[in-house]
Amino acid sequence: MASRTVDKESPFAWSGVRTVFVCKGTGCVSGGSEEIYQALKREVESSEVDGIKVDFTGCHGFCQRGPLIDIEPDGFFYTEVKVEDIPEIVHSHLVNGYPVERLFYHDPLTGKAIPYYRDITFYAKQQRIVLRNCGHINPEKIEDYLAVGGYRALKKVFLDMTPEQVIEEVKKSGLRGRGGAGFPTGQKWEFCRGAPGKEKYLICNGDEGDPGAFMDRSILEADPHSVIEGMIIAAYAIGATQGYIYCRAEYPLAVERLKIALKQAEERGLLGDNILDSNFDFQIELKEGAGAFVCGEETGLMMSIEGRRGMPRSRPPFPAISGLWGKPTNINNVKSFASVPVIIDHGAGWYASIGTETSKGTAVFALTGKTQNSGLIEVPMGISLGDIIYEIGGGIIEGKRFKAAQTGGPSGGCLPASMLDQPVDYESLTQAGSMMGSGGMVVVDEDTCMVDLARYFLSFTQAESCGKCVPCRVGTRHMLNILERITRGEGQPGDIERLNKLAQLVKNGSLCGLGQTAPNPVLTTIRYFRDEYTAHVDEKRCPALVCTELISYYILPDKCQGCRICLRDCPAGAISGGKRMVHIIDQDKCIKCGSCLDVCPTRFSAVVQVSGEKVAVPSKPIPVTVSKTKKGASAKPSID
Amino acid sequence: MRQRLSQVLIPYRGQRGSLVPVLQKVQEALGYLPEEAISEIAYFLGVSESEVYGVASFYAQFRFERQGDHTIKVCQGTACHVRGGRRILEGVERDLDIQPGGTTEDYKFSLERVACFGCCALAPVMVVDRTVYGRMTPPKAKKILAEYLQEGASSG
Repeated sequence: MASRTVDKESPFAWSGVRTVFVCKGTGCVSGGSEEIYQALKREVESSEVDGIKVDFTGCHGFCQRGPLIDIEPDGFFYTEVKVEDIPEIVHSHLVNGYPVERLFYHDPLTGKAIPYYRDITFYAKQQRIVLRNCGHINPEKIEDYLAVGGYRALKKVFLDMTPEQVIEEVKKSGLRGRGGAGFPTGQKWEFCRGAPGKEKYLICNGDEGDPGAFMDRSILEADPHSVIEGMIIAAYAIGATQGYIYCRAEYPLAVERLKIALKQAEERGLLGDNILDSNFDFQIELKEGAGAFVCGEETGLMMSIEGRRGMPRSRPPFPAISGLWGKPTNINNVKSFASVPVIIDHGAGWYASIGTETSKGTAVFALTGKTQNSGLIEVPMGISLGDIIYEIGGGIIEGKRFKAAQTGGPSGGCLPASMLDQPVDYESLTQAGSMMGSGGMVVVDEDTCMVDLARYFLSFTQAESCGKCVPCRVGTRHMLNILERITRGEGQPGDIERLNKLAQLVKNGSLCGLGQTAPNPVLTTIRYFRDEYTAHVDEKRCPALVCTELISYYILPDKCQGCRICLRDCPAGAISGGKRMVHIIDQDKCIKCGSCLDVCPTRFSAVVQVSGEKVAVPSKPIPVTVSKTKKGASAKPSID
Repeated sequence: MRQRLSQVLIPYRGQRGSLVPVLQKVQEALGYLPEEAISEIAYFLGVSESEVYGVASFYAQFRFERQGDHTIKVCQGTACHVRGGRRILEGVERDLDIQPGGTTEDYKFSLERVACFGCCALAPVMVVDRTVYGRMTPPKAKKILAEYLQEGASSG
């Protein structure tokens, strides 16, 4: 019963059934999408208009503009929605057919409002295969997954294919491990299938520990069934009867949705005994990590499942021969498993037609940092770094200059502007000193200090080193000591060479991937940004104004209006001056927290940050001169 | 303590391989892992106390001291780092006068630095208990802390 008449004049008048999807990925939830979802349900109900379903999805990808609302089937896309906007969306758009233009995404360059998400450059340049369902289905309903062709590949495998044929198909597709190392997935399965032993294990590595990366989390939250389907297919191909999903404990929503999905798959007979009457049994158990980065390493992860400290061990024997509980084990990343159903469904030839000669398919990245648009993206392998940053990412915020893109997390490296034309694939990134990694891509601009960034990554890997190998445990500590003293302005001649030498020792002398790659951020920043190191070491200067010990704050006497805002806010009591007196920072007392810079009204902009130079200021507070306030009435000092 | 924990521990009796989930369950029940709890876990699982402690101390999730009513986690992931996460952390440290890993004397707040929440698009991020606060600035963080302090003052 449609009690309201839809305005027939509106070009967007709609009579069919529409679904209003509210994004409930972690990013949007933190922006209040749960409240928006509830408000929307209430409003739609009270509007008494027919044919509108309110539902939610997992991560849509465009987290920066969240909370997001997507209206299907048209694809209308609202960004940065607030609870207050809901009545307008319901009445203007859903009831009367007039979409709410102010909530559309506005192109930052042209200012044009874009109604459909597929027309937004952030989405238009992507090719979503692994993320095919993310943001389009309700992750807590298996029916939604089935409706978009879910578990079709599984049926095909069980009814028409032998395990050998499945392995052959995955090999032909050219799929390589999406966890970072890029080992051919089909080959890995073949090893495990061929390994002697009846009992075999299959593990999904969801211990996404790289800071700045949330690809796996988003997939597990938005489309858990695709991972489960991929795992069942892999288990069939290998002959594994027990599976584990190892998920970070820091991802409570992913854990919750996985639990729901596993239960639904069991209820439908897709997991358990005699799956689809094939005489094949397979169960999946969910294991929560406990916060140790090194457990992302496959042998460390298996130790952790066994209830031990997650310390990696030497290989061989490889897990395919002797893994979990000493049995043949195959372990793949979340994205690798999520790729499998599409490969089976569309065929290996189709998948292999995407990407480059050696890197097939697509790559999923968490694009973050200083880009205009950040979020979850998927691109064909071989796309240039520049296309990702400028086309999808929309360039750098505030018109600043691109400095570097960091890929591969703490194991990866920093790529400078000269690499923007570089194709993004396994080989090119490794050659440039970085790596594909699991998919973190952090873009930094001129305001980021590369020495500090290297110190940051190393402080992370140093703390996460399990301590088993001396070069990793002690070597990273020494490298960190050197980097810390450089950023403190106590760098010594020869420090850069010492870092290079230690880096080689750590790389060559460590057992697992953590130690072997931990020096990468240091090596690449030295390779591409050596001038920043020399500025710190030789001139005791931080060009990006980041390293606290190397910067100073000054209040410009010709701009200060004596408003006392900074004086009252200074936690160190380092600022002197009075009402309408020019304020002065006592450099000995200043703790360089920058709060004066934060609070100084932009119309005065009297506080400056400098490194390696001095600003002439009076020795004690002097009266604010009248001539300085002449410019514009807005420059009046605020006196209380 | 034995009585309090037996319900949690009995299903795992003798299961050495379940040490990590057991530690998680006990911490969930008690809020942290006091010494007596370590002994109890060792007893039920049939392993030495040093082994239980060795595993527990390996993982960042486990705490050995009583936590504050509110846990403030300031993200120091890469995206947060390049967008000023360190200044947010330093500000909170100053305001609460505790270091990461510490708890205020009145057990009101515990402070932690975490490596990444995966909300990188909202960087820098601060999480109080389970509420995520995005696009932080030092003044914004200060205001949020003040709200939690206020709540304590008015209710108690």
